Amino acid sequence: MLFRTWIVAGAVAAGLALAGTPPAVADIVIYNAQHESLTKAWIEAFTKETGIKATYRQGSDLELGNVIVQEGRNSPADVFLTENSPAMALVDNAGLLATIDAATLALVPAEFRAGTGRWVGIAARTTVFVYNKAKVPADKLPKSMLDLADAAWKGRWAAAHTGADFQAIVAALLELKGEAATAAWLNGMKANATKLGGNAAVMRAVNAGEFDGGIIYHYYYAQDQARTGEGSKNVALHYFKNGDPGAFVSVSGGGVLASSKNQQEAQAFVKWTLSKTGQDIMTKSALEYAVATGAPSHPALVPLNTLQAPKLDPAKLASKKVTEMMLAAGLI
Amino acid sequence: MGVIATPGGGTIPLPPGARHSASLRAAPRWLLLAAIVVTGAMLLPLGFVLWVAVQIGWSEIVTVLVRPRVGELLLNTAMLVSMAVPASVLVGVSLAWLTERTDLPGHTLWSALAAAPLAVPAFVHGYAWVTALPSFHGLVAAVMVSVLAYFPFVYLPVAAALRRLDPAQEDVAASLGLRPMQVLRRVVLPQLRLPVLGGALIIGLHMLAEYGLFALVRFDTFTTAIFDQFQSIFSAPAANMMAGVLVLLCLLLLMLEVSARGGGRYARLGSGSARQAARLRLPPLAKGAAVLVVLAVAILSLGVPLMTLARWLMLGGAEVWDLDAILPVLGQTLALAAAGAILTTMAAMPVAWLSVRGRGAKVRIIEASNYISGALPGIVVALALVTVTIRVARPLYQTAFTVLLAYVILFLPRALIALRASIAQAPPELENVAQSLGRSPFRALTEVTMRLAAPGAAAGAAMVFLAVTTELTATLILAPTGTRTLATTFWSLTTEIEYVRAAPFAFMMIALSLPLTWVLYHQSRRAAGR
Repeated sequence: MLFRTWIVAGAVAAGLALAGTPPAVADIVIYNAQHESLTKAWIEAFTKETGIKATYRQGSDLELGNVIVQEGRNSPADVFLTENSPAMALVDNAGLLATIDAATLALVPAEFRAGTGRWVGIAARTTVFVYNKAKVPADKLPKSMLDLADAAWKGRWAAAHTGADFQAIVAALLELKGEAATAAWLNGMKANATKLGGNAAVMRAVNAGEFDGGIIYHYYYAQDQARTGEGSKNVALHYFKNGDPGAFVSVSGGGVLASSKNQQEAQAFVKWTLSKTGQDIMTKSALEYAVATGAPSHPALVPLNTLQAPKLDPAKLASKKVTEMMLAAGLI
Repeated sequence: MGVIATPGGGTIPLPPGARHSASLRAAPRWLLLAAIVVTGAMLLPLGFVLWVAVQIGWSEIVTVLVRPRVGELLLNTAMLVSMAVPASVLVGVSLAWLTERTDLPGHTLWSALAAAPLAVPAFVHGYAWVTALPSFHGLVAAVMVSVLAYFPFVYLPVAAALRRLDPAQEDVAASLGLRPMQVLRRVVLPQLRLPVLGGALIIGLHMLAEYGLFALVRFDTFTTAIFDQFQSIFSAPAANMMAGVLVLLCLLLLMLEVSARGGGRYARLGSGSARQAARLRLPPLAKGAAVLVVLAVAILSLGVPLMTLARWLMLGGAEVWDLDAILPVLGQTLALAAAGAILTTMAAMPVAWLSVRGRGAKVRIIEASNYISGALPGIVVALALVTVTIRVARPLYQTAFTVLLAYVILFLPRALIALRASIAQAPPELENVAQSLGRSPFRALTEVTMRLAAPGAAAGAAMVFLAVTTELTATLILAPTGTRTLATTFWSLTTEIEYVRAAPFAFMMIALSLPLTWVLYHQSRRAAGR
């Protein structure tokens, strides 16, 4: 009876679909825009220590931030982790974040968390100019990130325009210098810079001598140096300092969704990322800067307090305006 | 991704009498209903694009679309398609002629090697080239790697057609005084119009839809730009309207192909069976050059990807084969691919039956809509489904159902083509007899025709299975939280420049694709009756 075959085939397909998409056995769902390897390591250690199971959905900052805003009160997410603050601010402004436990907020200095108390920094990274040592002598380095829009830099540098990292840097620029200057800089960038798929690709291309330099975050270099050094042997990092937009320090955030039905577990996870173990895992493997008070950063890094970063409120960094301006400049 | 990838499929003719001898009775109502339901689902992405356009209104459409960036992307896409498609046709037709019609030494081996690049997914071709030559980027790289990845889509149908051509016409031309090269140009090539156009269309649609390959060689097309925007702003008017433009480009390609087909006659006249064409004897110098050409294509299209992959695998050693991490990914991929293959084949059944046995405009419209929807890129289908489920069908959002629905929409044409051919071969009289012996129409259909169509169903299902194992964009966007497939894992490692750890996943995708590529190759030769 072939009719039965249809029923069986349908049932088999349904069974396979269930097998192919594992049911969430987890206690909390993390929407993760942080590096997958870091969050995986965090989850493993966290589950081992607390018994709370977690699963994650991988995406980029603003993709997941916008997803949460669209999902609204029915979001399946309990925790949101970002690499930069604009996406976190986006979700916070939509009124979708719960207040972080006071004990957790107390672990982090005020400059690394939202004034609203609804999200907290979990790590920090600084903007750098990575350059090829053979192609750019130290005295020819740009004094400011803004110089990279000059005609002298045409075709010589690269960035990962479409990544949330770079867009956070643009958000800082917008906050510091205003709309007109930012638009002008973006137009210069459109003319001068090559778009690559990610910060790692930018450093690799600069290392290979394809470009003189590129805008990235510091830890791509530090990670490569800590491993084989193969992908960074021809490059060095230039820190703009002087409160330059190019000295921007970006705060990675952790937040708990107001709609989460697992508030306790979700709060526990965010707090745990700031514990000694949590910060250690992050500083050792990801080499981002520690943000919990008293937690040491990796000794190979240039100390955060010597970088003369511009003073900015991470909760104020815009995302919608930035993507609008980058769309207008034809960068994305 | 979402295209009709059936090398040779367009060239396998239905038995000439099939349509005329089909039963003239009306299609059973339930079957028509099932076909309409499937077609409705297939039209979802098109409907979505229209709905968005109406929602955001004319002036906003103009602001989003009339800007330099869109012009830049149009130019990029036009250059890519207009360079890579003719180049693929040139490579595909040259290789087909050399392997089928000349005394090229080792032609059987070369013809297998010309089909083999299909087993390597396009983004793995890209990965291999970019990691072997880190500075190989831009338009030239995009054109070259896509030609190497896609030319078999022209090679397979053209080689099959060449084997079937009646050499009598060529003999007549030669007897009238044409030299061999003139015969080739004026008699043989014009008869290859349909397989060339079919292959070219498949390649063109692939190029509009491909994301991974062009992201790796740093060449912006509409698809990569839509994906970039999706990552920055999720489902926003800008990305959705660009998807609308991409849909128009796909429709334009489909129309170009239809209008270029012409109304010529390609079936042979004359009685008896055609003689086998004699192989042209190449002069020694030309023979040497021909061997160099096929060797160069094999090295570039197979040697480079396989050598690069082997190098990464060797660098990684046993360490990268972390089975605890790999096996769940492999298991999930196989399960999703099998579920997708079964569902797609089941969904294709009613449409395939109607398109063979049915009559009238309604049936033709149903069939055409299914082919058009299947030509849409994965990114468009994914954007449509994610937006629809998040806004109006929340219980289906981020579920296995939605990602499987995307697979059905994307790959139904593959199952359809395979099923059509074998349903056409099942005599309708048997179904009538079954009914006259008391079977209900449904049981007559399932117990007679569907049983006879089983080989076609299996071939179609295998093709869909393969397509799902290498699908990237729709899976990334739609799959439930926690789902990892070979393609998505490979992609996430590649973007983090973890080339060594990505290698096992590329290897497994190729290993899964190889048997099916062999079947396709075999089929295209069998279709030629040998």
